Amino acid sequence: MHEWALAEGVISTALRVAIEEGLEEITEIVVMVGELQQVDRDAFLFALEQLRTQAMRRARFTIEPIPARLRCRVCGEEWFFKREALDVDEAEAVHFLPEMAHVFIKCPICGSPDFEISEGRGVWLASVRGVRMVG
Amino acid sequence: MVDPRLEVIGRRLSKVDRVLAVASGKGGVGKSVISSTLALALSGMGRRVGLLDLDLTGPSTHLILGVDGLRPIEDKGIIPPRVHGLSYMSVVLFSPEEPIPLRGVDISNAIVELLAITRWKDLDYLIVDMPPGIGDEVLDVIRLMDSSYFLLVSTPSPLAQETVRKLLLLLLELKAPILGVVENMAMETTEGVKRSLEELGVTYLGAIGYDPELDEALGHMDKLMRTKFAMDVVKLAEEVERRIHQKIRS
Ligand SMILES: [Zn+2]
Repeated sequence: MHEWALAEGVISTALRVAIEEGLEEITEIVVMVGELQQVDRDAFLFALEQLRTQAMRRARFTIEPIPARLRCRVCGEEWFFKREALDVDEAEAVHFLPEMAHVFIKCPICGSPDFEISEGRGVWLASVRGVRMVG
Repeated sequence: MVDPRLEVIGRRLSKVDRVLAVASGKGGVGKSVISSTLALALSGMGRRVGLLDLDLTGPSTHLILGVDGLRPIEDKGIIPPRVHGLSYMSVVLFSPEEPIPLRGVDISNAIVELLAITRWKDLDYLIVDMPPGIGDEVLDVIRLMDSSYFLLVSTPSPLAQETVRKLLLLLLELKAPILGVVENMAMETTEGVKRSLEELGVTYLGAIGYDPELDEALGHMDKLMRTKFAMDVVKLAEEVERRIHQKIRS
């Protein structure tokens, strides 16, 4: 996934959660990122810094990568996604659109492209911590 | 646990005045040709138009528009490349040649991702070429692009009419805005179709004639826009404008 789009989503979702939970200041934002999303950690942190708002001026951004586990629907084989398995163009396509993995990745045992991503697809805002408003 | 991608989608579409989802109950009714030509016709009328191909497993608008070798333009997301005056987005930007085997959950995820990364600029219309049928894409468009108008494509074939009727019932149940139904490959208005639409309170947008010269013109813009088919689609575009303005006023 593109880092800027993701950072924009994280910042505005965190602000919404903070309002819902009555936080006047955000101190930590935890994001879980599936490895299949091919998010560049530095570019993501840079985008988050650029988009940081007043309510989160001292907040720490924590990014937790989740390994991408794939499972073949034909033979049941399970394996982990490795970035090295893709060439530059393929990795770029998967970066923009993770479902492109279904074009480039095949089951290592039976060769089928029909696999499911059992873990490590998607992005989740895991928690927003902060200081609650008094009164 | 919140999916932050969903939060971005509304913002990505905030400069789009109206989304027109072109859908059909079944394949082979000319939905993609109508979406592409409608986008070109509206653009020819001076409107700012985008075209989004959401037929992820069987994209074809790039073949109709005759474009090749398009690459995504990266700038804080993806800027849709310009194609014959349209802002254009399709999965072929990421995978021009290979088939993309996707199941329902993958399709939904891919649609969320595409909508979250694509930065549409000011548009009067975003035309969405939907895949045929009543599947995840239709439900996702209703869920994620909730102000979309649906424009349905049918043909005089009873099979097409029956599947369009089912799709209409679903859309009515989901309270999705319906612009109307256009009848493709028809020489004249099929009265039965018109009547059954009236019973449902759905607008009949007109008929587009069968044009034996259409296939040969696909991929060649100058030829395509001179076909009789395109002339009919221009009339459809004018009808769409009229209906949209009526809906906005009412
Ligand atoms: Zn296998």
